Amino acid sequence: MSDETKPGLQSPLRRKLLMGMAALPAVSMLGRPAFADVPATSAVNTTGLAVTDSEVTVGILHSVTGTMAISETGSVEAEKLAIEQINAAGGVLGRKIKFIQEDGASDWPTFAEKAKKLLVNDKCAAVMGCWTSASRKAVLPVFEQYNGMLYYPTFYEGLEQSKNVIYTGQEATQQIIAGLDWVNKTKGAKSFYLLGSDYIWPRTSNKIARKHIENHLQGCKVVGEEYFPLGSTQFNSVINKIKLTKPDVIYAIIVGGSNVAFYKQLKAAGIDLSKQTLLTISVTEDEIDGIGGENIAGAYACMKYFQSLDNPNNKAFVPAFKKMWGEKTVIGDVTQAAYLGPWLWKLTVEKAGSFDIDKIAAASPGVEFKGAPEGYVRIHENHHLWSKTRVGRAKADGQYELIYETADLVEPDPFPKGYQ
Amino acid sequence: MFGDYSISDLGAILAMQGFAGLILFSVYVLMALGLAIIFGQMGVINMAHGEFMILGAYVTWMTSNTVQHIAPWLFPGYFFIAMILAFIASGALGMLVEWALIRHLYKRPLDTLLATWGLSLILQQAYRSIFGAREVGVELPEWMMGSWQATDSIQIPINGMFVMALTILITIAVAYVLFWSSWGKQVRAVVQNRVMAGAVGINTEKVDRYTFALGCGIAGVAGSAFTMIGSTGPTAGQLYIVDTFLVVVFGGAASLFGTIASAFSISQTQSTLEFFLSGSMAKVITLLTIVAILMVRPQGLFALKVRK
Repeated sequence: MSDETKPGLQSPLRRKLLMGMAALPAVSMLGRPAFADVPATSAVNTTGLAVTDSEVTVGILHSVTGTMAISETGSVEAEKLAIEQINAAGGVLGRKIKFIQEDGASDWPTFAEKAKKLLVNDKCAAVMGCWTSASRKAVLPVFEQYNGMLYYPTFYEGLEQSKNVIYTGQEATQQIIAGLDWVNKTKGAKSFYLLGSDYIWPRTSNKIARKHIENHLQGCKVVGEEYFPLGSTQFNSVINKIKLTKPDVIYAIIVGGSNVAFYKQLKAAGIDLSKQTLLTISVTEDEIDGIGGENIAGAYACMKYFQSLDNPNNKAFVPAFKKMWGEKTVIGDVTQAAYLGPWLWKLTVEKAGSFDIDKIAAASPGVEFKGAPEGYVRIHENHHLWSKTRVGRAKADGQYELIYETADLVEPDPFPKGYQ
Repeated sequence: MFGDYSISDLGAILAMQGFAGLILFSVYVLMALGLAIIFGQMGVINMAHGEFMILGAYVTWMTSNTVQHIAPWLFPGYFFIAMILAFIASGALGMLVEWALIRHLYKRPLDTLLATWGLSLILQQAYRSIFGAREVGVELPEWMMGSWQATDSIQIPINGMFVMALTILITIAVAYVLFWSSWGKQVRAVVQNRVMAGAVGINTEKVDRYTFALGCGIAGVAGSAFTMIGSTGPTAGQLYIVDTFLVVVFGGAASLFGTIASAFSISQTQSTLEFFLSGSMAKVITLLTIVAILMVRPQGLFALKVRK
């Protein structure tokens, strides 16, 4: 790719190259394990990122204060674990990962400002971060303008694709359509009541769900659709409506603390989730912690990862996570997706043989991570992941029991035709 | 829209819907009573009211855990202990805050807004440091989680009835304290004319401190009760504060009766609208109605007659 380098950059490049080569023997004399295959910094970093001969800096950008801290804490923990493991295994291209953590404080302008800081001042080679769609939308122009790389972990509504983002969670069609097909086929469900918190993700997801139910499932219909303000704690009225309409499936995309109120009131109103099918795409093991397993036992969740998954990768991942962050921690879908970020980045850097953002963006499609706790993932041309969709049933101990998984990886399709 | 349902179905729904409205009413009264005392009687705009509630919720959570570990046989009845502890904890914190912060600001009501807002941020961060950022769930004894089968199709949630009973008890207790006890007379005297009350020998500082503590203590009990229906996290108090002020201001700040009337009208409007529209829409229309009424009647539903 040296033919693409602008002539003006050649002399500093050569100087860096010489300095890098001069530094190598000196470093190896200090007793640092000399990796024969460690390439010179000037060769793997032509754009001035924070990469030295021994270190590479990445950013972690999540909310550790404010209302989103509850959800994002798990992501931070998973990313730190992945970084530690990668370092223990020799780092990336022979360089240890150092991270700079910034707090988005659950505030979208702050996210944008901190993203700029990580890219412009700290020259981070990659950033793992964001949770809500609102924060992602706020940092997206920053990543595109300053050419950074964001690894975004949350399942989200789709309708987005960027050269500067790798989406390690599922987009809407991967999560919704497979789940609805499953409930239609195995439970014979014909009528659906759609519920959600009132913002972009639940509304878009329910829009896709409604289209799928009405256009693609034979004889199925939506008998109700309702939204509640974020943080709402009163669901008695809608529960009465559910009793009146007697839907085969309650399809719930309520987020955060509202879930606690919803499931407690559902139980108190005499709706038994072992008889009434409820399918959610928003309650992970993290949320169950707050809801209480006994209140949600019997509900089905459709996502790509459960802590209880029985595979060798996950059996190594769960104890490692608990060892680092405490026995009592639980691991939800997003936490696992956040864990994928640093690993996918490492694999991509090694495939590209460079830290340069453009080369990483170009090398990403096709990158496989065989050690993923969810099993195996691969990056698609559209920068989303091929992944399996799974359905789990909540148990009273706060864990999900795997009920169903797709036979093959589901292709990500952030811009589904006929669903917009 | 009702064509598909039988008359008995509709009857059952109306009954349960009415009950849902009553539960919402109890929740509003419980949230607003403490604030009505502090804001209405003392003129202090307490933005940290939600955090006092959450303190009560955390105390309940800790009590629940402790009882489960130390005395599991006590578990079915632990909630009553938890509520008393919540009252004491929030009341004590209230007393401390009044002494350290509020008493210096009685002549500057707008500054109490800023000071208590700062206090709420400090408390949130303290909760986060002590209890962690994640939400905690309070485990309830089995008998409180079920529902009472009134008829074949009518189920009444037990925790809803519990909240209602609690609200009635606390309202009666507050009314008794403020209107019939001698201490209540002192409170009202101080509210109406501080200088004159001091001149006739009332220890106004002490009255202020205990009034503030009482308001905060009730917030703690409310928080304890809300663990049955909501979640407990460092910032959960923020969810309640707007609704709470809404109820108090709409009712007419200085009137306890106004608070109850306002909670009743807001909850019934909300609950009825929720049945015909969606949750978010119901909230919007309720808010618009309140704004419209407050434009015509800025003093709220019931204003106290005070000689100016």
